[in-house]
Amino acid sequence: MSSAKRPLSPHLQVYRPQLTSILSITHRLSGVALSLGTLLLVYWLAAAAAGPEAFESAQSFIGSFLGRLLLFGWTIGLFFHLCNGIRHLFWDVGLGFELDDVYRSGWTVVVATAVFSLVTWIVGYGVM
Amino acid sequence: MVEFNLPANSKVQEGKTFPAPAGGTNIKAFKVYRWSPDDDDNPRVDTYHVDLDDCGPMVLDALIKIKNEVDSTLTFRRSCREGVCGSCAMNIDGTNTLACTKYISEIAKDAKVYPLPHLPVVKDLVPDLAQVYAQYDAIEPWLKVTTRPPERERLQSPEERARLDGLWECILCFSCTTSCPSYWWNGERYLGPAILLQAYRWIADSRDEFTGERLDELEDPFRLYRCHTIMNCTRTCPKSLNPAKAIAEIKKLLVERRG
Repeated sequence: MSSAKRPLSPHLQVYRPQLTSILSITHRLSGVALSLGTLLLVYWLAAAAAGPEAFESAQSFIGSFLGRLLLFGWTIGLFFHLCNGIRHLFWDVGLGFELDDVYRSGWTVVVATAVFSLVTWIVGYGVM
Repeated sequence: MVEFNLPANSKVQEGKTFPAPAGGTNIKAFKVYRWSPDDDDNPRVDTYHVDLDDCGPMVLDALIKIKNEVDSTLTFRRSCREGVCGSCAMNIDGTNTLACTKYISEIAKDAKVYPLPHLPVVKDLVPDLAQVYAQYDAIEPWLKVTTRPPERERLQSPEERARLDGLWECILCFSCTTSCPSYWWNGERYLGPAILLQAYRWIADSRDEFTGERLDELEDPFRLYRCHTIMNCTRTCPKSLNPAKAIAEIKKLLVERRG
């Protein structure tokens, strides 16, 4: 009997998604999204440096529905990565490893991300 | 390497369905992963219907009942049936645990039973654990000393002994290691939570005289630092131990000794 033909047991296909793994992969994805979002920031700054016409078109893109949607996603990504990053700093000094604490800090990050993102946009529209 | 999909020979197919026993009123479906090396078929999921009024309370009771009364070819490891030996670790209802300490009543719908994730399958619910055992061997899990043995045993204070609590209880069932996505993608080089908890068990032992060498062996981007604090290990440990915390303690010691 050869062992070469042994199948690999299912992993992602069967493992139940849970707060631990979901927040972990979201941390990584939000990091990638923020890196890409930085390109948008560079574009905006470069347009501002290039002159009034370029800046005008950059402003109209960012002000469009798609632009605002991207900015909103970026806001969520930024606050999630920030809050969960602070959670990671606590882990790095050895705090918050009990399972109850892990779930408490995890849900705190989720709620804080939602609150900070919404407040930012409400304030943003308020001063506009 | 990250490979989200299963290889072609590992894709799971629909299997046979064994009907419910006549007259039963409290029937539960068990969907069990099956694969045999004796034919060339892909793995499949067979469905067994078990009358819970005529079955013990644990998932292992149901598996033994199926093997005894319905399908004697069903293959799984089991020994102590009380959460001490670690043999019957498997993926039940989406998380890794011991079949002998998992209540059937905790499973809301059909009971899905798979082998421990991302391992080669020997048969049915029996995974090949050769790699994790080799990794266990690599951390030299025994008391290492250079000093001559004392007249009597090597003494520990109660405080020194207490540092081993939460570590010595590990039964090496590898539920944690095979719940870890980082181990799934880098298992050939990353030691995984069970082995790192064991490594810390010897680092934390006041009688061991090779702490520095043990830390040297672990200071590696893959062996230790593939741990990204996902915490699936601690979430799934059937003995309620905390491998993630043990790994964090190792990381802290490595920072501290740099001064």
